[in-house]
Amino acid sequence: MQIDWGAFTPWSALGGGALIGAAAVLFASLAGRVAGISGIVGGLLRPQRGDVGWRVAFVLGLLAVPTVYRLVGPDFAFQLDASLQTLIVAGLLVGYGSRLGSGCTSGHGVCGLGRRSARSLAATVAFMAAGVVTVAIVRHLLP
Amino acid sequence: MTPKAHRGEIVAALAAGALFGAGLLVSGMANPAKVLGFLDVFGRWDPSLALVMASAVAVGLAGFGLSAKRAQSVLGLPMRMPAKGSIDRRLILGSVVFGIGWGLAGLCPGPALIAITTGSPGAIAFVVSMLAGMALFEWIRKRGSE
Repeated sequence: MQIDWGAFTPWSALGGGALIGAAAVLFASLAGRVAGISGIVGGLLRPQRGDVGWRVAFVLGLLAVPTVYRLVGPDFAFQLDASLQTLIVAGLLVGYGSRLGSGCTSGHGVCGLGRRSARSLAATVAFMAAGVVTVAIVRHLLP
Repeated sequence: MTPKAHRGEIVAALAAGALFGAGLLVSGMANPAKVLGFLDVFGRWDPSLALVMASAVAVGLAGFGLSAKRAQSVLGLPMRMPAKGSIDRRLILGSVVFGIGWGLAGLCPGPALIAITTGSPGAIAFVVSMLAGMALFEWIRKRGSE
């Protein structure tokens, strides 16, 4: 292992993480719900009366910040290198897997760990390990 | 649910979504290249996202403890936090499948939604595909319960 100190951004990481944590706590204390993105979006594909509005509102809030930021500020760092075919396969895996596993980085990784859930800890270890192994194979084993 | 509580829920969701989006932007999680740099433990490793998670979880540990014992939310809504369950095959299999997709693209669901605002064709393809994957899950579950 070799640490890429040039890319390391500890302060924005800590600050951004605190905002994410604050969003999850705010949502739980005000609305009594988990701020898990895959669950919020996935629930829209199984629409039920009285259960759509808050999901749409959360997604709109999430989209509003980068949209406004792009209008008034400099472009934020965004670099997507994977090929279109890879992205289509990856999207399917992320969508299906996060629903099968009842959560993603936000629901398990932030909310679940914050709530001391053993299930979420197991899920987080599983998706982190799978992500690390996948990147290792793609970057260092495949020709 | 009263109309007032319902409106409160919508406003809370909008505010929490915006705060969440700001956190993803500030932290660097919205940049797939940075996420892959974090997952590249065997290459040149960028540990930043470990701090994002540690910071978010620390705030969560402090904040969720306070709301955990409440019977109702501050707005008078029922608490709908997930019940404690067992660690089963479905949880692990789903998480591994999700992790493989995350490692291939560097995108997970929240950052993927933010990525659409860049207009990147690849990001749009990813999100359409992700929604298809979620719809496939609903379809299989519906068939299984019939």
